[in-house]
Amino acid sequence: MESIQEIRDQGLRDDLPDFRAGDTVRVHVRITEGEKQRIQVFEGVVIARKRGGIHATFTVRKVSYGVGVERVFPLHGPVIEKIEVKSRGRVRRSRLFYLRELTGKAARIRDRRDKNPRKES
Amino acid sequence: MTHEFLGRKVGMTQIFDEAGNRIPVTVVQAGPCTVVQKKTDETDGYTAVQLGFEDKKEKHTSKGEQGHFAKASVVPKRHLYEIRISAEDAEGLELGQELACGPIFEEVKKVDVTGKSKGRGFTGVIKRYGFKMGTASHGTHEFFRHGGAMSAGSYPGRVLPGKKMAGQHGNWNVTTSGLRLVRVDAEKNLLFIRGAVPGANNGLVRVRPSSR
Repeated sequence: MESIQEIRDQGLRDDLPDFRAGDTVRVHVRITEGEKQRIQVFEGVVIARKRGGIHATFTVRKVSYGVGVERVFPLHGPVIEKIEVKSRGRVRRSRLFYLRELTGKAARIRDRRDKNPRKES
Repeated sequence: MTHEFLGRKVGMTQIFDEAGNRIPVTVVQAGPCTVVQKKTDETDGYTAVQLGFEDKKEKHTSKGEQGHFAKASVVPKRHLYEIRISAEDAEGLELGQELACGPIFEEVKKVDVTGKSKGRGFTGVIKRYGFKMGTASHGTHEFFRHGGAMSAGSYPGRVLPGKKMAGQHGNWNVTTSGLRLVRVDAEKNLLFIRGAVPGANNGLVRVRPSSR
């Protein structure tokens, strides 16, 4: 009998960097327009990571022309070409939904310096 | 040729298609199934093949069954089932032959799946038939999950047959038809079927190419 856990784990990607809520990332998104495929970059703050193996998602928020935009990406989906971590932020909760109420200076996130930097995978 | 495979529901997960869409799938391990007996017009009055799924130990097999399996010279099987096929199709099959689901489901787009639904025991009408609950306030007492009135009064003066009441819910055969077959893993005999399939994980299911 096959184990469902093994089947689930087969689809997991291991080419993604380590990042967490508060980090600023550049997500390179594959966009298919008819026949053509191109890459679009979505840059913003990670405000939530949801776990769940193959079902895992993360939410990126940015403010574009004064309008808040949030996108939820499936972490292991083929839509994501790559993820770049631009900066790491020091935050005290795992879900940064409070950022939605804040703008400008108040919405800044302090920089995080790891005492023991984790190995880049 | 209509083929049917006995299998086990492994569980649900999701996979991504080329466009990056998430597809919910149920993984079913279908087969391999072994031909245990061939029934012909001469001997049985109809043509069919009996197939076996999953090995079992000889000590768990009765003497009568042992003889039955010995005829096809196969290891005793835990589950036996029969599919009706035409005489020509039966010629292509041999006793003891092991059938894998890969070649048969390769071209198949949709499947029907039969399984035994999860048993819910003796269940009230709210859960069993989706009746509305009684109101929780407005002075109601002791009438929250009841089924309401049984029937009209003097006429007909009785409860009509088929009145929906509490009773056994689940643990019966359910067929879901027209499910899209997303992927076939021929090596491991795995079928990735879009959507949900009747029954619990590790439950027995029967999978066949869709009749629709």
